[in-house]
Amino acid sequence: MSFISQLINGLSIGSIYALIALGYTMVYGIAKMLNFAHGDVIMIGAFSVFTAISSLHMNPMYAVLIGIITCVTLGVLIEKIAYKPLRKASPLTVLITAIGVSFLLQNIVLLIFGSTLKPFPSIMEVDSFKINENFSITGKSIITMVVTFIIMILLTLFINKTKTGRAMLAVSEDRGAAELMGVNVNKTISITFAIGSGLAAIAGVFYASTYGFIGPYSGSMPGIKAFIGAVLGGIGSIPGAMIGGILLGVVESLSKAYISTELSDAIVFAVLIIVLIFKPSGLLGKNRTEKV
Amino acid sequence: MKNKFSKNHLVTFSIVIIAFLLCFILISSGNATRQFKGLLVPIGINIILAVSLNLAVGFLGQLTLGHAGFMSVGAYAGCLFSIQFQDILPMIIRFPLAMIAGGLVASAFGIIIGIPVLRMKGDYLAIVTLAFGEIIRSVITNLKFTGGAAGLKGTPQDTNYIIVFVVIFITLFVLMNLIDSRHGRAIMSIRDNSIAAESIGINITYFKLLTFVIAAFFAGVAGVLYGHNLSILSASTFDYNKSIEILVIVVLGGMGSIRGSIIAAILITALPEMLRGSDKYRMLLYAIILIFMMLLNSSPKFAQFKSKLNYKTLIGIIKSRIKKEA
Amino acid sequence: MALLEVKNLSITFGGLRAVDNFNINIEKGQLYGLIGPNGAGKTTVFNLLTGVYKPTDGSIILDGKNITGKTPIEISKSGIARTFQNIRLFKNMSVMDNVKLGLHNQNKYSVFAGIFKLPSYSHEEKIMDQKAMELLKVFGLDNELETISSNLPYGKQRKLEIARALATNPKLLLLDEPAAGMNPNETAELMETIKFVRDEFSMTILLIEHDMKLVTGICEEISVLNFGTRLAQGITSVVLNDPKVIIAYLGE
Repeated sequence: MSFISQLINGLSIGSIYALIALGYTMVYGIAKMLNFAHGDVIMIGAFSVFTAISSLHMNPMYAVLIGIITCVTLGVLIEKIAYKPLRKASPLTVLITAIGVSFLLQNIVLLIFGSTLKPFPSIMEVDSFKINENFSITGKSIITMVVTFIIMILLTLFINKTKTGRAMLAVSEDRGAAELMGVNVNKTISITFAIGSGLAAIAGVFYASTYGFIGPYSGSMPGIKAFIGAVLGGIGSIPGAMIGGILLGVVESLSKAYISTELSDAIVFAVLIIVLIFKPSGLLGKNRTEKV
Repeated sequence: MKNKFSKNHLVTFSIVIIAFLLCFILISSGNATRQFKGLLVPIGINIILAVSLNLAVGFLGQLTLGHAGFMSVGAYAGCLFSIQFQDILPMIIRFPLAMIAGGLVASAFGIIIGIPVLRMKGDYLAIVTLAFGEIIRSVITNLKFTGGAAGLKGTPQDTNYIIVFVVIFITLFVLMNLIDSRHGRAIMSIRDNSIAAESIGINITYFKLLTFVIAAFFAGVAGVLYGHNLSILSASTFDYNKSIEILVIVVLGGMGSIRGSIIAAILITALPEMLRGSDKYRMLLYAIILIFMMLLNSSPKFAQFKSKLNYKTLIGIIKSRIKKEA
Repeated sequence: MALLEVKNLSITFGGLRAVDNFNINIEKGQLYGLIGPNGAGKTTVFNLLTGVYKPTDGSIILDGKNITGKTPIEISKSGIARTFQNIRLFKNMSVMDNVKLGLHNQNKYSVFAGIFKLPSYSHEEKIMDQKAMELLKVFGLDNELETISSNLPYGKQRKLEIARALATNPKLLLLDEPAAGMNPNETAELMETIKFVRDEFSMTILLIEHDMKLVTGICEEISVLNFGTRLAQGITSVVLNDPKVIIAYLGE
């Protein structure tokens, strides 16, 4: 496969990472926490769609909708039950709780569905787009990239132009001030988790369609990689998450093609370490210093 | 005047000595059940893993999710050493050397991982150590000299409960004395307020690295004990689930409480034995424990309850009860 | 030679020049005040002096030694200790341990010695216990040795923070709003304590304060900071009558 094919592959998987990274970065910006369970919400999204189609025989469009609703509900519930009571707790406490939630989701799915990988039904039936004799872009890639692109534009407009979106920016900037200005902080945080989780559901569908199989641990690795993408772009920055996610997808794809598949994971983590050493705030991030 | 922590630690150490004597008497007199004998080594190994992780999580305040990775490299190093030297050295020399080898190799990895992550904030540290654990696992599974996916065979079965207890005593001795020294205080100060610690001249980088190295060392030793207790050593045992299990023990026993880690290790290790048949719910239970303990620790009501719960009030209650009956 | 010589100290954050050409000379043994409206940059000056921030311009010379741009740890070893606007105690540790941590760098016993409880450990710990006790007696905290620091009442927490800073055996002590949150009685007691510390330990003290009673009561000289620049400086009573200073605080 030529370089351009690998590149497009990378852009496609990178778009998925970008969608997931958005969830991480928004939650980190607003709630100042790393939602460790976010990756597993992706997996739940994929499983809900899977169940809707295979067991309930729903139309794929409705199934995806069910997936989104499930994830949004789950995200908001998790926030209310596990994270909200810990708003004043130490970051270590919140992190452990998030790990607990992640572990919980993985093992609930494991109990219900078992550990064998399930084939994900094919729902993106679009013909490949042929560029010339040598290669073409798969239908899946096209849909993934186009939909992600549209979502990113919509999200940017939402954040910058709507009242709720700007409230999210305000709360992430200075929670106390936002509250004094009349922003309903609880509602804003819930909405942030809702949006992030909704995007996770869509990412889950794309991821499952691209790789074909899902299992209880399927969300873990893409979640971590997407987080690395968010850090690369600057945690807390929405354009950063988009760029970081896509960039990471490209790095991963090219590493798999030109270096080694086994080492590609290690390379992705090496990227994280290098970024954190040399530019801890990421490409587009702001240097947030703690008040002394 | 003796530091309060010292007294605490002396009590813990004595409890472990008594426990050892009890086990010794039970087993020598033939009164121990097979189940009991079979649990001693796993419990002991988990104790060593938990108290060493507690140093990093409970005393330094840094969450590392790759503790199983350190256990893994230590296990392989120690077992390979033993296999290599089993015909050359007598067990009484070889096994301790194997444990030291395993511990040192794990420490070396502790430094390799520690240096890049030193300045990272907690969230990032967690992810990087998680990654380390996973990468180690996949690398070992792909190497030939470690036996690959089939596992490492031929390690002499040297582990027994007496050796495990000895190692526990050594581990507790080192860790408890470290905590009671100025270096232990420095480590805890980083947890409590790293900015203030820096302002009084505490070298945060040095102490983070020191903690990593020591925690990794004992995880590696635990790994060697584990490896010499099985016929086949497989890297897949040292996975994310194992790291979480140790974290659950630390959280359940109380971060920063060595005695708590010991008790929790006993509970968690013995649990699957008692819950025969419900083993698949074990991981679910771990998740619930983590979430529940964190929520509990953060609630102000629980903090009030905890501050009232100490020996003085307990003795006070007992005294007033006795008075009532008199 | 002044103990502390600061020349043209400046720092810029993004587009904002938070501290602009700040100059100050503090003589050994002086009780010096740094005052100014909220947001003037006083704590930023402290952060520059203690190495939390690196200045973009200027120099800091302590007892003849250039400490500009050094790390907080190096500066602590050079002899500057501080307290914080929002008390930063080691909240899960006892009163005694908090002070002993201040003594950390004056001890040499190694990790090995600590683990194996070698003679150097016992010897140095004993000395630390004594020194810590002496300090805590000064601040009236010697009957609370084992109390967890976060359980102390506010006033005592502030005192503990000062005791910890003193334990590092500094040449210069920086106090950031030590009287914040105190009632008039506590403030009066604090004033006596600070004077005592200066006299007993031959300490040079620079403090940030809003409580004018304290400033006029114990500060010999003061510097007024407004919008990052020095507005006035000199003997306390003179400076406080300066029309520029009055305007800065009360408006035109």
